[in-house]
Amino acid sequence: MSDSLIKPRIERPPLSEVIEAKAPLFLVPVLMLIGLLAIGSGSTWLTLTAAGLAMGMMIFIMASGLTVIFGLMDVINFGHGAFISLGAFAGFTILGLLGGWIESPSIALNLGAVLLAVAFAMLVTGLAGYGFERLIVKAVYGQHLKQILVTMGGLVVTQQLIYVIWGPDEIVLARPTAFQGSFVVLGAAIEKYRVLAIAIGLALFVAMRLVLSRTRIGLLVRAGVQNGEMVEALGYPIQKLFLAVFMVGCALAGLGGVMWGLYQETITAHMGAEVMISVFIVVIIGGLGSIEGCFIGAMLVGLLTNYTGFLIPKLALVSTILLMGAVLMWRPQGLYPVVKAH
Amino acid sequence: MSDALLTLKGVHTHIGPYHILQGVDLVVPRGGVAVLLGRNGAGKTTTLRTIMGLWQASQGAILFDNAEIQKETTPAIAQREIAFVPEDMGIFTDLTVHENMLLAARSGAIDKERLNWIFGLFPPLKTFWQSAAGNLSGGQKQMLAVARAIIEPRKLLLIDEPTKGLAPAIINAMIAALRELKEMQTTILLVEQNFSMARAVGDTVAVMDDGQIVYSGEMAELADDAELQEKLMGLSLEAHQ
Amino acid sequence: MMMKLLSGDSPRSKMLSAVLLLILFGLMFAPFLFPGTRSLDTAARICIFIVLVASYDLLLGYTGVVSFAHTMFFGIGAYGTALALVNMGASYSAIVLGTVCGALVAGAFAFVIALFSLRVKAIFFAMMTLAVASAFLVLISQLSGITGGEDGLSYRIPREMTPAFKLIKEKVLGVRLNGKLITYYVVFFSSLCLFLVLLRMVNSPFGRVLQAIRENAFRAEAIGYKVVRYRSVATILSAVMAALAGSLMAIWLRYTGPATTLSMDIMVDILLMVVIGGMGSMYGAVIGAVLFLLTQSYLQDLLGILQESLGSLPVVSDVVSPERWLLWLGILFICSIYWFPKGVVGRLRGT
Repeated sequence: MSDSLIKPRIERPPLSEVIEAKAPLFLVPVLMLIGLLAIGSGSTWLTLTAAGLAMGMMIFIMASGLTVIFGLMDVINFGHGAFISLGAFAGFTILGLLGGWIESPSIALNLGAVLLAVAFAMLVTGLAGYGFERLIVKAVYGQHLKQILVTMGGLVVTQQLIYVIWGPDEIVLARPTAFQGSFVVLGAAIEKYRVLAIAIGLALFVAMRLVLSRTRIGLLVRAGVQNGEMVEALGYPIQKLFLAVFMVGCALAGLGGVMWGLYQETITAHMGAEVMISVFIVVIIGGLGSIEGCFIGAMLVGLLTNYTGFLIPKLALVSTILLMGAVLMWRPQGLYPVVKAH
Repeated sequence: MSDALLTLKGVHTHIGPYHILQGVDLVVPRGGVAVLLGRNGAGKTTTLRTIMGLWQASQGAILFDNAEIQKETTPAIAQREIAFVPEDMGIFTDLTVHENMLLAARSGAIDKERLNWIFGLFPPLKTFWQSAAGNLSGGQKQMLAVARAIIEPRKLLLIDEPTKGLAPAIINAMIAALRELKEMQTTILLVEQNFSMARAVGDTVAVMDDGQIVYSGEMAELADDAELQEKLMGLSLEAHQ
Repeated sequence: MMMKLLSGDSPRSKMLSAVLLLILFGLMFAPFLFPGTRSLDTAARICIFIVLVASYDLLLGYTGVVSFAHTMFFGIGAYGTALALVNMGASYSAIVLGTVCGALVAGAFAFVIALFSLRVKAIFFAMMTLAVASAFLVLISQLSGITGGEDGLSYRIPREMTPAFKLIKEKVLGVRLNGKLITYYVVFFSSLCLFLVLLRMVNSPFGRVLQAIRENAFRAEAIGYKVVRYRSVATILSAVMAALAGSLMAIWLRYTGPATTLSMDIMVDILLMVVIGGMGSMYGAVIGAVLFLLTQSYLQDLLGILQESLGSLPVVSDVVSPERWLLWLGILFICSIYWFPKGVVGRLRGT
């Protein structure tokens, strides 16, 4: 101890700890392998795996905002699902207006319509997030019980407002022409839209990691997750950072909402609250506040849902609950618990 | 050392149902090192946190550079060029040493020359520049905490017990660093329980007990007056030595 | 005597006492005061929801734990009784066995959930219960071979409890004394007893520890109370009470399905009732349930009138449409949390 100044040393963690820390990374391949053994047929497995990864990516998009919001401000927004629905309705409104672009065989026009819809949905949900934070969340920072209740109230009110604006009926809309149908790879049919979903999800994950590790804002977010008080004491107004992250989280929910809506080709005001079940499971599995954990958790839930959906359809959702139980027995705080400074 | 940089006038602070600060009057002279002594629970940490705006003063005034700051938010207070080294050091353990320092440099970039000077004061920081701060030892973390506070020139440093639980070699490095800062005319308010450290760097001294200042004066006076020391040491240090 | 029944927890306000007495007499003589199938059905629902909401308040208001699995426990009780009646025929022993089993299963489920999630954080528990309850709902809807799936289960109850059974031939005060009336009073008195038991619980030393934990879990732990253990026991008791309320529902409706017991809409209703009535007071559950279930129809009528008079304004008339009554209750709910955290009871008590 006394010579640590003269001969600076850093403790190297033993190998077992390194393996323990990296273990969650192996869960996805292990689950895929188990899936392959259980399903037997390679092409069926490939189709299901693609479906599972696509679903996982979409859940990740919706869950990532939730988990970062929690990490940074210790807020779980039970109204997050309302933003998923809101995004889907906003996006579908644009898609409805651009009917000609969607039905056109041109990929450029198809993609343009989807991009415009996504941009509009994210704008709407981002702004709605601003209102939600100021009106509903701001007054209850640090009070978990009230937070849960109030955001739940926000969910009810937002759902009702969706009814007021868009009417009580579900909206049905076919996917753009270019994203209908499937590719055939190694004898397995893989839906084109799923490939798109995987691509967008991966791009978002990489972009989030880059923003968090390479930019000053990302640095502030990571520091704020650990010790918000110290970030303030260094002279940064963390309230503004909170608000910005909250808006981004809601915008991501909106993006996820459009993608999920296009996947289902049907949207309802309740769809967000329904997907939220999987979102919560993913966030719990990953460890509240952890983006890496959220990503792995989303892949696991997506794959498991599709594998069990094929093998024992009735147990698809229950199997993810069991997965959550198993993970929590192994790591009571989720795969990557976020270390808080106090 | 003529005028006061920081003045507390009758400051009261409540934390929940507890009345911690009960009318604190304190003056920190410009360009000097003021030491705040006192036993555990006397209110030293609360005083620093109240200055930083991390606790709200319920009564009284805090003047910094002749401006009242007791109603301002923590970031606004920090932007007045006040740096804070909290008792728990407030290290971002998931960030690297480099990233910790980068955040502390509000301009967005680290001044090379100043960084080399800091490396001179605290060599381990150079060695572990790219390591996660969580892997540092306790003493190295304390060095990082102080280094963060001085990465850019600040008008006032608030430092809470930088020697707590540290080995003698590191305490000496701390003392050397504070002395160097003192030579550069940096104003420091230092909370300390280690009297040899306090004596080594302090110009003025204030002793707290039960949320109030019970003694204040020149450090030299206290250092020479064995009887007074005995009386105050009994008050301030007996409990933990 | 009265105080003893109330476990020493008096309403502490003349207004509140008057309202509570009014509700008690209203419910006790509901079949005679408000004749008709629909109003009797509303009265029975009020009785059952008072127990359901009060048992939820034991968790939320007294223990400071947010659970979204309360309808799951309610449903377990209802399905327990329903399954027993379906499989064993319309007998009293089926009712008793089903009710007891339902309550036991609910308690066991609550124990497992508590084991997993109460150690960590309030937020964790809330998310976990939401996920588990939703999965349970989906499972029940899909296991149609056993549970009847989405359609639910219809069954017969003992003949003495059905409208076909006549106690006496003549009407009393214009009301026929038939088996339905007997069932109503079974529901009413069971609910009353369960409510008094809950009142006893929260005013017992156990209840006081719970409140101490809610106020300051660290201090309670420091004094030597095992916080996790107390919270787990509260979760289990609350689940058992909810299951018993579910059994009453199953008996009253002679039907059990996902929509009447398990749905998240009911969970939201319970939340609204607890918060609007007043968290942390058993009387809040009474007021909340009565207010909510009456408003559910009354507010819709009112909004209907409003909408007619505003018919020409497109958006405004959508906002006040009778189907949007939940919008207004949702806003009321958020406002209560901010400005009247003690709900209507708090207002009546003037605190």
